[in-house]
Amino acid sequence: MTTAPYLIVIGGSAGGLQPILTLLPGLTASIQAAILIVLHRQSHYESVLTELLSARSVLPVKEAAEKEPLLPGTVYIAPADYHLLIEADHTFALDDSEKVNFSRPSIDVTFTSAAMAYGSNMTALLLSGANTDGSEGLMDVHEAGGTTAVQDPATADVDYMPRQAIQLAPIDIILQPQEMAAFINGMAGV
Amino acid sequence: MSRNPISEQEVSLLLNDVLERYGYDFTEYAPASINRRVNHLYHADRFPSFAEYRYRIISDPAYALRFVEEITVNVTEMFRDPSFYQALRTEVLPVLATYPFIRIWHAGCSTGEEVYSFAILLKEAKLLHKAVIYATDINAGVLEKGRKGMFRLSQMQQYSRNYMESGGREDFSAYYTANYEYAKFREDLGEKIIFSPHNLVTDGSFNEFQLIICRNVLIYFNKTLQDRVLTLFSDSLEQLGFLALGSKETLNFTSVTRKFKQLENREKIWRKVQL
Repeated sequence: MTTAPYLIVIGGSAGGLQPILTLLPGLTASIQAAILIVLHRQSHYESVLTELLSARSVLPVKEAAEKEPLLPGTVYIAPADYHLLIEADHTFALDDSEKVNFSRPSIDVTFTSAAMAYGSNMTALLLSGANTDGSEGLMDVHEAGGTTAVQDPATADVDYMPRQAIQLAPIDIILQPQEMAAFINGMAGV
Repeated sequence: MSRNPISEQEVSLLLNDVLERYGYDFTEYAPASINRRVNHLYHADRFPSFAEYRYRIISDPAYALRFVEEITVNVTEMFRDPSFYQALRTEVLPVLATYPFIRIWHAGCSTGEEVYSFAILLKEAKLLHKAVIYATDINAGVLEKGRKGMFRLSQMQQYSRNYMESGGREDFSAYYTANYEYAKFREDLGEKIIFSPHNLVTDGSFNEFQLIICRNVLIYFNKTLQDRVLTLFSDSLEQLGFLALGSKETLNFTSVTRKFKQLENREKIWRKVQL
């Protein structure tokens, strides 16, 4: 089985679910990228989140499992209470080490790991949130030649996280929630 | 990359050094996590270059031990995943109760929080007196902490909540005494726990058990090593013994799948049905 040639990683915290619900219905079924969502949340709402996102998407939505290959046209959700890493052979790896930015999963950890595995063949999109998670990861994505995108802070429920990212990291594009689906389809070569 | 200056190839070099010089084998660990931790330690200890990092590991056995202890993950908590402990209470303990003597192996126990959690379950089921728990880890430093049975007092509120969610009905604070910033767990809970070093990569079986608990350890191994360790567990279990894994680990698609049957409650507990 061939793994996805391109990867989109979407990271969100407080207020991050809304833009995800907005962009998901716009993704096309023929998309060649794997989509990975890292969302800070309470571990209790696990299955509810997968169902919620499934209902909005023509693409299959599932929780990322360890050693599972990243497939094109699939939406993966980082499981609660683990960091999600990506191996060089484009499979998922889980890690239950210390929280980073008070978070597990941490967006930084996944962005950085994805940058090492996918290099220029990835895009990282950072959404609304109340902490600084994501900024360092965006720097690594940029250094590895990937594309960095941030939700327009003016449209974010909690603008702290996207604002921090814009201050700290080189950002290629700032997006409104309703522009995100078209942007992702474009990056994934649809 | 600035935060990950050490490449996967360089990490392989270090892991080979540690294997050849000191006998610790990390070469079959899943690379992504170990790369992250090797880079993390490089930053934390402020090495100016990869060459100096490597030289220190090769030439300084005390530092090499630090390297080994830091690149393995030792994060744990009491009653982690309360529904798992609930399943142990209701599905596993009643079976264990039928044995005259209960042998349990907790592999990769880290600092022992989950071992004490299980000792509490056994105590409440009035089984602790006829049980022995072998708690093993590759890391001697964490075992020493486990032996002391002292955990951070600041964590107790969370642990107490986990305990109650797992079906605990006693007063959780009766299991420990507060001692400055630590909670010291009762001596009678620790009496049946034997903390001992064991390396899942290189060491073999040392007994036959009715229950093996190994949670969030296999996720750090590559597929080949996972299969080998699962075979070790299978060989170390009595017929109808139980194997309990972490909440994201599975026996599906492994070499021992056919020998086990998962309990019907979605928790990660399997029963050995075939010798």
